[in-house]
Amino acid sequence: MNKPRTLAEKVWDDHLVVKGEDGTPDLIYIDLHLVHEVTSPQAFDGLRQAGRPLRRLDLTIATEDHNTPTLAIDKPIADETSRVQIQTLRNNAEEFGVRLHSLGDLEQGIVHVVGPQLGLTMPGITVVCGDSHTSTHGAFGAMAFGIGTSEVEHVMATQTLPLKAFKTMAINVEGTLKPGVSAKDIILAVIAKIGANGGQGYVLEFRGSAIRALSMEGRMTICNMAIEAGARAGMVAPDQTTFDYLEGRPHAPVGADWDEAVAYWKTLPTDEGATYDAEVNLDANELEPFVTWGTNPGQGVSLSDVVPSPADFSDPNERAAAERALEYMDLTPGTKLKDVPVDAVFMGSCTNSRIEDIRVFAAIVDGKKKADGVRVMVVPGSARVRLEAEAEGLDKIIEAFGAEWRFAGCSMCLGMNPDQLAPGERCASTSNRNFEGRQGKGGRTHLVSPQVAAATAIRGTLSSPSDLEG
Amino acid sequence: MEKFTSVTGVGVPLRRSGVDTDQIIPAVFLKRVTKTGFDDALFANWRQDPEFILNQPEYSGARVLVAGPDFGTGSSREHAVWALRDYGFDAVLAPKFADIFRGNSGKQGLLTGVISEEDCEKLWAALEAQPGVELSVDLVEKKATLGDLVVPFEVDDYIRWRLLEGLDDIALTLRNEQAITDFEAKREGWRPKTLPVRHA
Repeated sequence: MNKPRTLAEKVWDDHLVVKGEDGTPDLIYIDLHLVHEVTSPQAFDGLRQAGRPLRRLDLTIATEDHNTPTLAIDKPIADETSRVQIQTLRNNAEEFGVRLHSLGDLEQGIVHVVGPQLGLTMPGITVVCGDSHTSTHGAFGAMAFGIGTSEVEHVMATQTLPLKAFKTMAINVEGTLKPGVSAKDIILAVIAKIGANGGQGYVLEFRGSAIRALSMEGRMTICNMAIEAGARAGMVAPDQTTFDYLEGRPHAPVGADWDEAVAYWKTLPTDEGATYDAEVNLDANELEPFVTWGTNPGQGVSLSDVVPSPADFSDPNERAAAERALEYMDLTPGTKLKDVPVDAVFMGSCTNSRIEDIRVFAAIVDGKKKADGVRVMVVPGSARVRLEAEAEGLDKIIEAFGAEWRFAGCSMCLGMNPDQLAPGERCASTSNRNFEGRQGKGGRTHLVSPQVAAATAIRGTLSSPSDLEG
Repeated sequence: MEKFTSVTGVGVPLRRSGVDTDQIIPAVFLKRVTKTGFDDALFANWRQDPEFILNQPEYSGARVLVAGPDFGTGSSREHAVWALRDYGFDAVLAPKFADIFRGNSGKQGLLTGVISEEDCEKLWAALEAQPGVELSVDLVEKKATLGDLVVPFEVDDYIRWRLLEGLDDIALTLRNEQAITDFEAKREGWRPKTLPVRHA
């Protein structure tokens, strides 16, 4: 009888090339390497200097996303350094033979949206990318994590990474979400509970009835933000929802391969009696729409609460961080969060830009007008999501509402392309990071769900969908 | 990579916790395609404040940064490490580091030593009492010394070994070339392949 194992342990064990001994790391095989323009140029340079080929072109795929504009995509990129970085990726892809989906291509988009929609992301595989939000792909029961540029070069050269085993943490979410409460609220509540570095060194496995009830899009939102709890990865065990999402996608297995894959995938869920290094419980029944008030993703509360006071924190580091955050965010303790007005609403990013997210947003704003003076941007995660939304007429609803309907990319999530906040502007954003200046220098970010983003765009102050009733 | 045994230089007390990589280097500086030239980008937004500690002349030529817990959280950008290195830092001491940042540092010869919160306070106080004072960080002995104050730090044994030896990760891994090839030979047919391109 084998020792009961967790999902993460099973995937790890099945990718062991060399087992480490005496404190040396294991050598782990990488099934899928996603590449984008920002973290790859120096890695390609390294290969070139060492005269090394890219070992597995057939396990590598690149897209353009971080630098790309979301307007006038048929024109040359105005910013010279952005243009050079994109052109560098195109040159490198050409020289090494890497599959690349460029701006304007049907498969272009945010790397973490493109992988799943092509059916390349699947259960039981290892996925890496020079981007911390690679954790997204764990929603399929894959082991997926972000790496630095040196590791990008390492994977290009060897298709492996030397890694020490991660610890495991079960996040048990039982119950049923109330209407208007979503996957985004679950993960924001988890991060607020364990802290922005509470997951450090761990793979988080999201479990329980509330997780099982989520769509793949919802599970991706949750795993996407596992990194915001400091975790190496987030995972959800594969089930029928996963298989149904995958089947028929361009790169999903077919025929006998599909049958073999599904049979294997069904062995992946954590065994009865397996133990985790840590466990956390969250009651889905009690959960309210969530919002961050500070400058790290752990600084969040229910939207119906008030802005906390630094005095509420007993830990001196947390208290100092809260003081700094409130000053940066220009918020006064005791203010009702629902009284906080916003200048902008950003609906997009690898956290919430899939078709389901766009549908949710459109359904809430359908037939309404955005609040005066609020700038609202809706940015689909990929060119395909854009087309799919347009086929459903969602673009018309969004434009009639008064929002901008853009082309695919990372957009206002990270202040690297033209979509940025002005200094002092306050934004309700469906993205993943509320760090100082993340959405543009001096910009202030409140992380929210698509539902809250939509309600906020209608009312002009932070709002939940239930505030729209009556 | 050069071998790292010890460093002696000006220490900077950065009294902040949760310093994320967007603060270490804002995204606008990530557009460069080189590994160098990031020194002006380090803490770029904070450095616009004349009061910010790195703008104080006493701390010029700094080589050791002492920061609060959860240093390097957020984005995986290795540019954060390049910026610290370009500016002149050889070591960061803090009570806790984010995983990806810690891994990136070890590959670029930047030592990340984990100290206790108590020792962090002591180092901050000592560095603030004598702005511009030098401290020594010894990777062999795993301790930092500032006058009479001796602070032990922890570092992953494998990262420490690679830093001490100045080893290149890729060359180390390629010693296992045969094992990688053998592993690939038994890779199942259902596993993902990006080529040939398949369309919906």
